[in-house]
Parts: sequence; structure tokens; C-alpha cells
Amino acid sequence: MKLYLKVWRQENRASKGDMVSYVVEGISEHMSFLEMLDLLNERLIQKGERVIEFDHDCGEGICGACGMMINGRAHGPLSGTTTCQLHMRSFKDGETVYIEPFRAAAFPVLRDLKIDRSGFDHIIQSGGYISASTGQAPESNSIPIAHETTEAAFDAAACIGCGACVATCKNSSAALFTSAKISHLILLPQGKLEAADRVIKMVSQMDAEGFGHCSNTEACEVECPQEISVLHIGRMNYQYNKALILRK
Amino acid sequence: MKQTTLMYKLVMATTGLFLCFFLIIHLLGNLQLLSPPAIAREQFNWYSHLLSGNILIKIISYVLYLSIIAHAVYALILTRLNIKAQGSQYVYDKRGQVSSWNSRNMGILGTIILIFLVIHFKDYWYVYKFGHLPLDAKGNKDLYSIVISSFQQGWYVILYELSFIALGLHLLHGFFSASRTLGLYHPKYAKVMRVFGWAYSLLITFGFMLIPLYVYFNFNSQ
Repeated sequence: MKLYLKVWRQENRASKGDMVSYVVEGISEHMSFLEMLDLLNERLIQKGERVIEFDHDCGEGICGACGMMINGRAHGPLSGTTTCQLHMRSFKDGETVYIEPFRAAAFPVLRDLKIDRSGFDHIIQSGGYISASTGQAPESNSIPIAHETTEAAFDAAACIGCGACVATCKNSSAALFTSAKISHLILLPQGKLEAADRVIKMVSQMDAEGFGHCSNTEACEVECPQEISVLHIGRMNYQYNKALILRK
Repeated sequence: MKQTTLMYKLVMATTGLFLCFFLIIHLLGNLQLLSPPAIAREQFNWYSHLLSGNILIKIISYVLYLSIIAHAVYALILTRLNIKAQGSQYVYDKRGQVSSWNSRNMGILGTIILIFLVIHFKDYWYVYKFGHLPLDAKGNKDLYSIVISSFQQGWYVILYELSFIALGLHLLHGFFSASRTLGLYHPKYAKVMRVFGWAYSLLITFGFMLIPLYVYFNFNSQ
């Protein structure tokens, strides 16, 4: 199949980018979206042009490295899918496809479709951990945790930190990411200990990184490749409010 | 402790919910306008007089003014921060497909409501408080006549109806959004709150919409 691409090209962080048009022929419908970009890049190399740079890693939808706006939607038109798991059969022959990087003030574009997501790392560094020394793995039944609880914690921990929630949010809020991290820790006994301190630090760090606030449009849940629930945002708010009231 | 945007959101949620509560009282009071004219005039004027004289109501009214101002001011602060957080704009943007229009445009809806409030305060609140009104048979200021005569004008009814639609859309998102900000995360009660928010928004919107239409069609046909 043949596609008309409009791809965001930007030299570096400081330069002003622009949409550049490409025509790509000979695309197989079995290719992933990233393989289609590889195909275009090979042809750009043959022509001696600079390739389109984009992030990717596992190719299985579990690492969160890839991510771009495809036809104005985070990770493209499918739900619960990362860009690497999006295949060309989701597009029509002769279609025009717009490809842009995830945009937010806290996600500066490094080059083309590559963005700097270290804002997420800083949020984790501010409190997304437990500081108790764990030592050797203990006997698994020494801390009783109900199956439903581990499942709920794991549902939150499934967040791959791709940034689609921020990219699709009209406020560029990182509330879904941060709340998923807070939820997965607080649901488990080890994570409960530092709960108040953690939520205050992580929420403050969200602001410090330049993410916007959450106005509950719930677009993030729709675009999230892992379908993380917006109810985690409710839990984060609850924990934050509780911490505000109870702190000394 | 450093202030966070989540704290500002708490101001938005609490003032918003107080205004939601006020709307119920306001609507219940206004429904007296639907009584037969002979009864409605004295009852409505008596009720208006009661509200303006009571110290408790006075305190609540100051909380109300403060809530409206805080809700608008913090909305401006948050909107400014959000615009900053967005950075560069998308060239091709279809993000609107994944969320409701009213949830994305609370600011526009709020602005319409604020403009409406200025008109509403000027035409009734200001006239009642500072204007010279004729008295009714019981000696109360005759606000009833002012209300009835203003809603006999078609354009004025349309202005109110459009404002109520904006209010309804604002409530539809605002009510549940406030509950989320305050920390409701239990799936069962989050669902209950969503349904309750819908019912509340529909009742308030159609309740308020009914009154100008009733007055317009009832009094112009006589």
C-alpha cells in the first residue's frame, strides 16, 4: 500500500520544527507502524538524507519507549495499543497520515519524534519507591495480602510510563501516571508506611516539572495503552487530601 | 508547605459544590413563581423579604459571593498554568474524540455563566437592594412584578435559556469532577456519584429553564 505521510521534523531542542511530506510506497499491511517508519528511513538513507528519529525498544507494547501522535491521537487510532503494536492494516491505501511527537512543556522535543520524558523519572525519584531495606526475599506467606489486592496493585503497576496520558491531556497533566505509581505502592503493606510523605512529594514534583493539573476529562484513560483507570487519580487525590489534613 | 495545583483544585471543588448546593435552594425559592399569580406575588415578595432580613442568610450570602469570586479567580490561575504546561500546539489534533466537549470547555462555559451572573445581579439583586421598588399589599418590595415583566420579553427569555444550557453542561462535568478532586475513588460510589450528578444537573437545568418559559407563555397570552 501507499501512504502520504506528514512527519514532524525538528533539528534539536532549540530549533523550530515543521511538518514535512513524504510519499511511502510498497508498505505491507503486516508491518508495524515503526517498521513502516524504518522503511521510510532506509529510503532516506539511500537518498543521503537525515533519518527520522523516534524512540522504540521492546516492540511488544510493554516498555513504553515508543509513542507518537498519529492522526492527532496518542499511539494512533486503536485503543489499548502502543505505537509498536499498531499495524498498517489499520490504515487505508492512499491515506494521509500525520505523525507528531507527544507535546507538553514538560516533554521537550529532542529531535523529530523523540522527546525528553525525564520529568517522569523525577516524579518517581521524588517518592515512587519504598525506602525500607528489603534484604533477602522473605517467605512468601509471611505477609498476608489478598489476591484481589495484589491484582489491583498490579493493574496500577502495569503503567509503562509512555506519556500518552500527558500527550492527550488538554492540560498536559501527569495525574494518571503519578496516581498509578502511588496506587501500586499504597495498595501493598510495604508501601503504606510512607504513604503521606510520598503523595505530597510526588504531587509537588508533578507541578515542579511543569505538568498541568487534572481537570478530569478522562481522555488519558481512553488513550492509555495499559488502560489504567482514572479512579487511581481519585485515590491519589484522596491520599493527598488525607495527608494535608493529618500532617503535623 | 509549597502550594500545589491540587490545592487550587480543592478550592475549585469546594466552592463549586457550595454553589451547587446554593442552586438547589435558589431553584426551590424560584419555583414559587409557578403558583397562581394572586398567591405567587405575595408569597414570592414575602420570601424575598425574608431572605434579605435574616442574619443567617446574610452570612451565607457573603460565603456565596466569596465562593463565586474564588471559583472564578482560581479557574483563571489554573487555566493560565495549564496553557503554560501545554507548550507547543499540535499541528493535527484529534484529541477531542476521546473526551466530552463540555469537560474540555469548562472555562468557556464558566465565562458564559459569569457574564450571565453580572446581568442577573444587575437586573434583580441590585434593583432589589439599591433600587426603589413599589410595595405590594403586604408592604413588601414587589420583586414579583419585575420578574414577570422582564420574562415577558422574548430576547430576555432566550438569554436566560441559553445561560441555563451553559450552566447545565458546566454542572454535568463539574459535579462529578469535584467528587474526584475530593478523592472519591471507590468504583461503586464513583458510579453512584456520576448518576447522581446527571440527575442533579438535569433537575437544576430544566427546573430553571421552566420558569422563564412559563412566565413568557402564561402572561403574554392573557
